[in-house]
Amino acid sequence: MTSDSSKPARVYFFGTCLVDAVYPEAGVAAIRLIEREGVRVTFPPGQTCCGQPAYNSGFPEEARRVARHQIRTFPDDLPIVVPSGSCAGMMKHHYPALFAGDPELPAAQAFAARVVEWSEFMVATLGVAYEDRGEPIRVTWHSSCHALREMRVVEHSKALIRLLRNVELVELAREAECCGFGGTFSVKQPAISGAMVADKVDDIARTGAARVLSGDGGCLMNITGAAARRELPFEGQHLAEFIWERIHG
Amino acid sequence: MSDTARDRILARLRRAPRDEAPRPAVEPPAPPAERRERVERLKTLLEAMRAEVRQVTETSWVEALGDVLRTRGIETLLYAPGTPVGQAVEAAWAADPDGLPGLVPYAAAAEQLKDRIFTVDAAVTAAAGAVADTGALILRPSAAEPRLMSLVPPVHVAVLRADTVFASLGEAMRAGRWSEDMPTNLVLVSGPSKTADIELILAFGVHGPKELIVLIVE
Amino acid sequence: MDDGFQQNVERALADDQLRRNFAFAMGNFILKRKAVFSDPTETERLRTVGEAIKRRALARLPELLEALEAACTRNGIRVHWAETAAVANRMVLEIIESHAATRVAKGKSMVSEEMHLNAFLAGHDIEVVETDLGEFIIQLAGETPSHIIVPAIHKNKAQIATIFHDKIPGAPYTEEVAELNAIARRTLRRKFQEAGVGLSGVNFAVAETGTLCLVENEGNGRMCTTVPPVHIALMGIEKVVESLEDLPPLLRLLTGSATGQLVTTYVNLITSPRRPGEKDGPTEVHLVLLDNGRSRIYQDPQLRRTLQCVRCGTCLNHCPVYTRIGGHAYGCVYPGPIGSILTPQMEGLDKAGELPLASSLCGACEEVCPVKIPITGLLRRLRDEAVSDAPGGIVPGRGSRRSLSERLAWKAWAWLNTHPHLNAAATALLGVFGDYLPPAGPLERWMRYRVEPQFSAKSLRRRVKEEKVAHE
Repeated sequence: MTSDSSKPARVYFFGTCLVDAVYPEAGVAAIRLIEREGVRVTFPPGQTCCGQPAYNSGFPEEARRVARHQIRTFPDDLPIVVPSGSCAGMMKHHYPALFAGDPELPAAQAFAARVVEWSEFMVATLGVAYEDRGEPIRVTWHSSCHALREMRVVEHSKALIRLLRNVELVELAREAECCGFGGTFSVKQPAISGAMVADKVDDIARTGAARVLSGDGGCLMNITGAAARRELPFEGQHLAEFIWERIHG
Repeated sequence: MSDTARDRILARLRRAPRDEAPRPAVEPPAPPAERRERVERLKTLLEAMRAEVRQVTETSWVEALGDVLRTRGIETLLYAPGTPVGQAVEAAWAADPDGLPGLVPYAAAAEQLKDRIFTVDAAVTAAAGAVADTGALILRPSAAEPRLMSLVPPVHVAVLRADTVFASLGEAMRAGRWSEDMPTNLVLVSGPSKTADIELILAFGVHGPKELIVLIVE
Repeated sequence: MDDGFQQNVERALADDQLRRNFAFAMGNFILKRKAVFSDPTETERLRTVGEAIKRRALARLPELLEALEAACTRNGIRVHWAETAAVANRMVLEIIESHAATRVAKGKSMVSEEMHLNAFLAGHDIEVVETDLGEFIIQLAGETPSHIIVPAIHKNKAQIATIFHDKIPGAPYTEEVAELNAIARRTLRRKFQEAGVGLSGVNFAVAETGTLCLVENEGNGRMCTTVPPVHIALMGIEKVVESLEDLPPLLRLLTGSATGQLVTTYVNLITSPRRPGEKDGPTEVHLVLLDNGRSRIYQDPQLRRTLQCVRCGTCLNHCPVYTRIGGHAYGCVYPGPIGSILTPQMEGLDKAGELPLASSLCGACEEVCPVKIPITGLLRRLRDEAVSDAPGGIVPGRGSRRSLSERLAWKAWAWLNTHPHLNAAATALLGVFGDYLPPAGPLERWMRYRVEPQFSAKSLRRRVKEEKVAHE
């Protein structure tokens, strides 16, 4: 499951609804970092949501409606770069299942085949290299479950971080454990979700990291929201925004 | 034709959509391991599971058995009279019973011998073979060498011929053509009985034997 | 949300002892499994084989059950077919009563838990003694198992010491594990001898030879299936496998996944009752094949994959939800991820429909399932079923969680997300008024553990347009 080994002239960018509403700086950074490598980025303004919330809640018809809209919004045969392992996973791995038996299945499959998670694109396709202009900092990495298990891009994300000379990456003791976001899970099962994010936040605090980086807006919102509630000193940041910051000093 | 539960269950299963599922290849062709390697691996795994393993010969195993029993202060030994192991034990005991436990032959149905079976200190049986990759003995109880021998007494000594150590369970099944003729009971035994049900703390000697001693006869 | 489950959850989360016990035990299991499956390529190969064996056995289920029955019958094992737990209970009772037995020694069997067999037999004055140490402990405590493999894992040494001291006549108070084991051994030894009937489960039933395969570490299973004159084996119909050669990979997968061992202390292969000339072993062996909803689950090709389960419990061990709430909170026989997909299918979504929701779909279970059950896909499927308004279907309680408000909410969400201008307007509104949203409903639940989400004043879409961030 790899992207093209040669650099494309142009790509699509699918921002995701969370980046759009909560972490636009991450989206801006991700796009600019791609363009910096000489690749043109097209951001179709009609894009909205990958459909995952409805899909996971037992509303596949509504999910399909929204998915169909995305498929039609990205018509050209270009890679679709996504700054979220969760949304990328939905589109790449679940769209074909969502459209099983539907006349649009071929279109869904073609669309799914073009989806690539942002850090994988940067490392595996663009082969980026960076000069770190920032002050020494200790960070830790949190992977969304989909980035870890479906898209399998953790090593790409960590490789990006390791390009930065002054950044010390400390790994979490329980890195593979879910942070408890799970989309609607966080509000449908608040007590269990709360217990999970509490443990994740403790795990992060134990690393002494100033910042927790992630490729997923949902996890970030969950973790930083819980950390802020407990007034813990670390911050959370999307990987793309962090990289942009570091290379500009 | 009466409509039984069996009929109804099977009918429901047959009504369901058919899956096409190919026959999987269950074992990869393994490189043949040398006998010495197999025995080594078996010994390592058995010892890791707290079995005592002694490598002996055709002429020395009975003496080793005597030694095992004496050092543990075993006073009664359950054995199977109609078997090669049993006969060797009888002969050796007859020759020199000094310091050796009293012999209790398993020569009647369990119902008649229950009290003795549940109070003997130890039992000695043959092992029909062993599996090296997981470290287990193959026991094949029979009319002559009944099941309770390797289960009830707190100490079990198994006499295993080194040339019956197979690399894997699959190999043992194929070589022994198990599918053609399964006995009443076959047991794989990989050590003394154990449990970790209390806080995952490993403790040995629950309902099966507390001690397993394996004499590997070259 | 269902009050019963939520109350269980909150009680469990507040129980520090429980959380410590489970966190310790599950962490241990995870490490053990990693150690015994240390080669990722080989592990993957083995899981693929395990999945293929189970899927093929399920594909041929009716033929294999007939072959199993024929082979067992030839061997002298009496085969009984029970459509429901109630019928199975009566069958077991009949066999026990036909021998005028009043005491039963029982090895571990999840199917018997599903049948609530112990309570049924107790109601007919049959004494049932659990002989697996973990089951013995919870039987004394009057509880149900909290884990498929280690039923008493929610108890620590002190709690067990108290149970033994209070409930076993003459037992001293001791927290020494060796001594606790010795007490159990002494007590149960008599019971094996006194029992008129021995009960067991079945890990795998081999159709080729009519052989019942049981794995265990303690020896109590061998005792129950050898000492009493009658042995009754209980098995779900999905446990049949085609041939002996299916056993080595399945045993490796089951044992490694369940306890992190290469092999259990004992692997028991039982093919017949005592044959002429043999001196021990039961003179009668019965096999009860239990349906109890399995043939219904079988009707649906996707849901059928639930039946691949070998009951190793590793999905429980790796589940971040199970680790925190423990087995009892689920309120059903099978907890954890497998329980969340199996229970609603057996008992109905109207009774157990919240269980598929008690998951963040993290996929940790699926990643380790030795037979590759697509657990997250099945959870999602059951969520569909719970709110579906399509008629019929095979899962009982379909549509029982339908709610007009939720349906309308998702329709509105779909509308917003297929109309970009509306979407942009809504996002802009959130950007302005997000901080002032009243903490009610989902937002209130979010904010029990977190500060409110910070919606950006300018969305990405607007910035791309205004700042010409991207090329279009």
